Amino acid sequence: MLKIKDLHTHIEQFHILQGVNLEVPDNSVTVVLGRNGAGKTTTIRSVMGFYPNMSGEILFQGKSIAKLPPYTVAKQGIGYVPEDQDIFAGLTVEENMRVAMRREDDTTLERQEWLLDLFPDLREAWKRKGGHLSGGQKQMLSIARALVNETPLLLVDEPSKGLAPIMVEKVMEAMNVIRETTTILLVEQNFIMASQLGDYFYMIDEGRTVFQGEMQLLKDDEVLRKKYLGIA
Amino acid sequence: MELHLTLIFNGLATGMLIFLLAAGLSLIFGLMSVLNFAHGALFMFGAYMGTWVYILIGGWNSPWGNLNFFVGMIAAALIGVVLGYLVERFTVRQVYGNHLRQILITTGVMLVVAELVKVFWGPNLIRVVQPEFLQGHFLVGDVRLTYYRVFIILFSTMILILLLFMLKKSKIGVVVRAGVENSQMVQALGINIRKVFTLVFIFGTMLACIGGYMWGPFQGQVNPGMGLDLMLIAFIVVAIGGLGSVAGSAIAAVLVGLSEAYMAYYFPPGSLAVNMLIMAAVLLIKPTGLLGAGR
Repeated sequence: MLKIKDLHTHIEQFHILQGVNLEVPDNSVTVVLGRNGAGKTTTIRSVMGFYPNMSGEILFQGKSIAKLPPYTVAKQGIGYVPEDQDIFAGLTVEENMRVAMRREDDTTLERQEWLLDLFPDLREAWKRKGGHLSGGQKQMLSIARALVNETPLLLVDEPSKGLAPIMVEKVMEAMNVIRETTTILLVEQNFIMASQLGDYFYMIDEGRTVFQGEMQLLKDDEVLRKKYLGIA
Repeated sequence: MELHLTLIFNGLATGMLIFLLAAGLSLIFGLMSVLNFAHGALFMFGAYMGTWVYILIGGWNSPWGNLNFFVGMIAAALIGVVLGYLVERFTVRQVYGNHLRQILITTGVMLVVAELVKVFWGPNLIRVVQPEFLQGHFLVGDVRLTYYRVFIILFSTMILILLLFMLKKSKIGVVVRAGVENSQMVQALGINIRKVFTLVFIFGTMLACIGGYMWGPFQGQVNPGMGLDLMLIAFIVVAIGGLGSVAGSAIAAVLVGLSEAYMAYYFPPGSLAVNMLIMAAVLLIKPTGLLGAGR
């Protein structure tokens, strides 16, 4: 689904990504792991086209999307859930969904209904402004907004960040349903969530891919977890 | 009492005209983060072009004087669309994200437009008369209401309602409101924000040109300095109302219009100082302006 080869990204004078290699197979959940500041968020933001001065290759369904502007990347069918959700606070839940809709046809409205069944909290808060939602509701809205169009690939940046444990569980349940129809590239610090959802993992350290494999490998390897994630 | 009602009426008319200038400026500022110093000059160019067409086809003396007035208004709107496109495409687009360059380039546009006006129409003012159906006044109690001012209030209120309706209900309106909050996220949802920028810039310039055209008969003349005089007022209105908020701009414009009317009667030299004080007071209490969401 997605292949990243030797990705280098500069932000101002800083060389943040110094050779990220990553592959996301179809119908899988691939998790990007690493310590704070390792370059995980920069990796998915580079895929989205937020850094035009990156170098390297990014292939989505076999086509190069490197250096395309974010709106073109999104139109290819890549949904993006940012780290801080970036909900439009002055817009209602309904309007947030409407901004994301590329067409307001029956198929899109059916997808919206499916998403509202997946996140019933959003249906209840339908007319409420984004700024008045709880952290968990904002996360749900951010995910729903990214999926309202036909989306073969979803990039999700730390969906559990700042959420209460009950909300993390709800989001995880929803992600388990979403993975049945959508390939997911997940950036996550929460190892419990990452290990339960992920099929594959990539470990990033100091802007480079340093380790990769099936998630079971990481679950079984305490030394590796301690070395790169600082957890036993 | 009649005095106060008359001042309020005059203030409302002035305020609603300022609103036409400030609404576009606020959207351009709020959505695109562009400091458009040329906005006042575009307002003035719209006034000249509209007035020129109005006079060219016979003006207020012709039997078609009333119709001519509206033809002039359409001409001002059209020149606003063309100017808006040209200025955004060839100047502002090159300097997105860089405020210093925006100030320099839009100040350059302002100077060029002001000089073009002098080249085409000369440095002297051009007298403009209201169309016949808007001349004169009527009395409500002892308060004298002039038809043209009533027209300005009604027309601008209609534009305000249309604008608010569009921003609330249409897809492009919702996208613009989202873009004012976070244009990067709008792009990540598959929307080419640059196209929206162009559209908003064109729309804002068109409103300014219509406002400029209506300002002519209101003052009885158009002159090359009119844009510059009102530009500072428009920036004050945008700051008071809140960046990107059309409703905020309308409230602020009426506030400034009322202050202008009262100061013009009681102490004309203090007019700008009072507007500045209002702005300072509002920003001290609410730094994002009356209805600004902040970033």
